[in-house]
Amino acid sequence: MARIVGGLTTSHIPAIGNAIARKMFEDPYWKPFFDGYPPVREWLDEVKPDVAVVIYNDHGLNFFLDKQPTFAIGAAPEYRNDDEGWGIPTIAPFKGDPAFSWHLIDNLVHDDFDLVTCQEMLVDHGFTVPMQLFWPNYADIGIKTVPLVINTVQHPLPSPRRCYNLGKSLGKAIESYPEDLKVVILGTGGLSHQLDGQRAGFINKTFDRMCMEKIVDDPEHFLDMSIRDLVVEAGAQGAEFILWLAMRGALTGKVTARHSNYHIPISNTASGLLCLENAA
Amino acid sequence: MTHNKEPIPGTVMFDGTQAMKGYALNKMCYSFNNKQNREEFLADEEAYMDKYGLNDEQKQAVRDKVVLDLIAAGGNIYYLAKFAGMYGLNVQDVGAQQTGMSVEDFKEKLRRAGE
Ligand SMILES: [Fe+2]
Repeated sequence: MARIVGGLTTSHIPAIGNAIARKMFEDPYWKPFFDGYPPVREWLDEVKPDVAVVIYNDHGLNFFLDKQPTFAIGAAPEYRNDDEGWGIPTIAPFKGDPAFSWHLIDNLVHDDFDLVTCQEMLVDHGFTVPMQLFWPNYADIGIKTVPLVINTVQHPLPSPRRCYNLGKSLGKAIESYPEDLKVVILGTGGLSHQLDGQRAGFINKTFDRMCMEKIVDDPEHFLDMSIRDLVVEAGAQGAEFILWLAMRGALTGKVTARHSNYHIPISNTASGLLCLENAA
Repeated sequence: MTHNKEPIPGTVMFDGTQAMKGYALNKMCYSFNNKQNREEFLADEEAYMDKYGLNDEQKQAVRDKVVLDLIAAGGNIYYLAKFAGMYGLNVQDVGAQQTGMSVEDFKEKLRRAGE
C-alpha cells in the first residue's frame, strides 16, 4: 500500500526561481534562505519518496479568469513549465503518474471534492520553485508528481476548513492506493506577504511564527478562520496558507517537525520552510 | 456563519466584481506570457489595447503605468506582474510605487519586518 512519509512546506515566489537560475546560493541576501534546504534534502535522500503531491496555486500560466477552478488536479504523464512573462528560464518537464492521479480523483470525488481534472497542465513557479528547492536534480532522479491546484487568485477562495478537509480526503485516498509508493506532500506558498495596494509590503512575523508552530501539533487551530481573517493577519497573498493547511490535513499519523527555517525577507515575502515527518 | 465583507485598508479583494471589471485588462496581461505578444504590445501599445477591448480608464492606467490605478481598473496583481515585468519592474518596485516610497526605503521596511 502507498504510505505518506511526510509533508514539506516552502515559499514559492518567482524571485527564488530567478536566484536559483543565477546560482545565488552564497549571496549574502539569499544565503539565510537557501541554507535552510540542505537538511531537508538529506532527509529526502534517506526517505526517498517516489511521488510528490504538490499543492500550489496557479498564478496565471495554466488557468485564466475565463475558467478559474477552485480545485484542480493533474492527470498527465508529464507536466511542462513555460514562459510566465518575466524572464525566468523555462525548466525541464516533470514526470506525472496518471494511474495514481486517477486513483486520487476517484476517491476525492467519491468523498465530495469535485475536482477539475487536467490531462494537460502547465506548471508555474508555484510548483516548479518548490520542486527545484527540494530536488535540484529532479530530472535525473525522475521523481513523479501530482499537481494539485487550489484557487488563491480570485475570491471567493475555499476556506481554511475546506482546504484542511480536502487534505484529509487526500490522505485517505493516498493510503488506499494498492501500490507500495512512498508519497510526500508539499504545501507551498506563504507565509505573510502582500503585493498589491497601499498595504503592499505587509509582513506579520508574530502570526507567521504561530503558523509554523501550530501547523505541526494543532492545525485545527486555524479551522474557524475565514479567508478575510487570513488576509488581515497574513496579507493578501498570505492567504496561500490554505495550501499548507491542505498539506497538513493529509498527514494522518504522528507528525514530527524534523527541520524548519523562517526568514524575512525574500523579495516581499516572509519565507517559511518545514519538514514534517509522518510516522505510521 | 456571518460573512464579513468589511473592507481591509489598503487592500482590494479581487472578487467577482473586480474580475468582471478588469477582465479585458487582465486578459491582455495574461497574453504577455507569450513573447510574440509582448513584442506586439511594445511595438504598438494603443493597437494592442484596442485589440483586447480595454476601456479608457484601463488604457490610461496602462499608459501611466500606475499600479494603484491598474488595480482600481480591475487589474489583478498576478497578471499585472507580467505587465510590470516587461519593463523590468519586480514586485519590490511595484510595492514601492504603490506605497509612495523609494525602492530602497521599501526594501528597508521589509528587512525591518524581520527584526
Ligand atoms: Fe504564490
